[in-house]
Amino acid sequence: MVIFSVYVVNKAGGLIYQYDNYVPRAEAEKTFSYPLDLVLKHHDEKVVVSFGQRDGIKVGHAVLSINGVDVMGKNTADGKDILEYLKDSSNYPVSIRFGRARLSSNEKLMLASMFHSLFAIGSQLSPEVGSSGIEMLETDVFKLHCFQTFTGIKFIVMADPRQSGIDALLRKIYEVYSDYALKNPFYSLEMPIRCELFDQNLKSALEVAEKAGNFGAGS
Amino acid sequence: MSRQSNRATDSKKMNSELFTLTYGALVTQLCKDYENDEEVNKQLDKMGYNIGVRLIEDFLARSSIGRCQDFRETADVIAKVAFKMYLGITPSVTNWSPAGDEFSLILENNPLVDFVELPDNHSTLIYSNLLCGILRGALEMVQMAVDVRFAQDTLRGDNVTEIRMRFIKRIEENHPAGDKCGVLLNSHIFCTMKKIFNLVSRLVKH
Repeated sequence: MVIFSVYVVNKAGGLIYQYDNYVPRAEAEKTFSYPLDLVLKHHDEKVVVSFGQRDGIKVGHAVLSINGVDVMGKNTADGKDILEYLKDSSNYPVSIRFGRARLSSNEKLMLASMFHSLFAIGSQLSPEVGSSGIEMLETDVFKLHCFQTFTGIKFIVMADPRQSGIDALLRKIYEVYSDYALKNPFYSLEMPIRCELFDQNLKSALEVAEKAGNFGAGS
Repeated sequence: MSRQSNRATDSKKMNSELFTLTYGALVTQLCKDYENDEEVNKQLDKMGYNIGVRLIEDFLARSSIGRCQDFRETADVIAKVAFKMYLGITPSVTNWSPAGDEFSLILENNPLVDFVELPDNHSTLIYSNLLCGILRGALEMVQMAVDVRFAQDTLRGDNVTEIRMRFIKRIEENHPAGDKCGVLLNSHIFCTMKKIFNLVSRLVKH
């Protein structure tokens, strides 16, 4: 029963706060000998597995580190191109860690503004007049809840589908925002929120909601 | 008006005299700095505006008031809920204009001006102008442009304090989507629809 993350989007659609409470990391590290039986390719500045799923390494997983040293995008830590490095048999045996790539902050910004547009479209698609925007987005592994205030700020929470009490949590996050972000005179409106107290209180609100959610839906 | 959570600050009562003194110190310092009543009035309005844009979120978070459908509802909410919540007073709403776009708030007592007397050399100073700024800022954040001014002031010899509020217009730009009077976004629909599935697949954990 987890709450995965919290996003706060301002009036213009820009992401002003993001917190990952729980990032399920499916990672696998294996030692390989030449030749590599996984097919790798470049995708979005990362090297990902395109074919050859086995042993916990799935298609779409990215190369996270080689021989224990984290990679930097398409290149190893010393700047060599990863695919070239792996084609050279003298570099073997090599230990590679694969895992689902974490979203970079740029990607999160982009997704947040995309969601902002979708939210608006949600209300336009409505056959009835006066519909709200997207309130919930449901998939088989998570539910995304969104609450928009009358001033245009959106609070987005991604949680386990069985987690209950998210509505109350969204209101609570709104209260925490109005207290620790807005009442901080050094915080400018619509800007990224960098307030310690806001972080702390948000985390405790999430903890309370997770515990309460456990009672609600049983186990 | 409901507040579900018990916040620690609920039980922290502040001495209202400290509040009055603080406000008084603020106004007198502004007078010393600017030496011109008009300038001080403007600064108080600006400061009030900055307070208002933040206070509105606190107000919306704590009270479960829905969006007001017209100016009359707005007036009632301001007088009965907002003033009660923040200043502990309940002004009355009167003097509606025939078009329904202007009204007056009559304050019997104003906590900001306890113990205050305006000297003769500050006869044009609007001491509580902060309130005007607060109302203007707060309403602007909920897409209403209003003009707020003091029509009567007990500090300047009138019997009651009267705040006159006039509705100017609804602010349409940056209107939050999905509100009862949202703005059309047709141009976004087609190009963004095909990105929907991309978005979901990228957000999916594993």
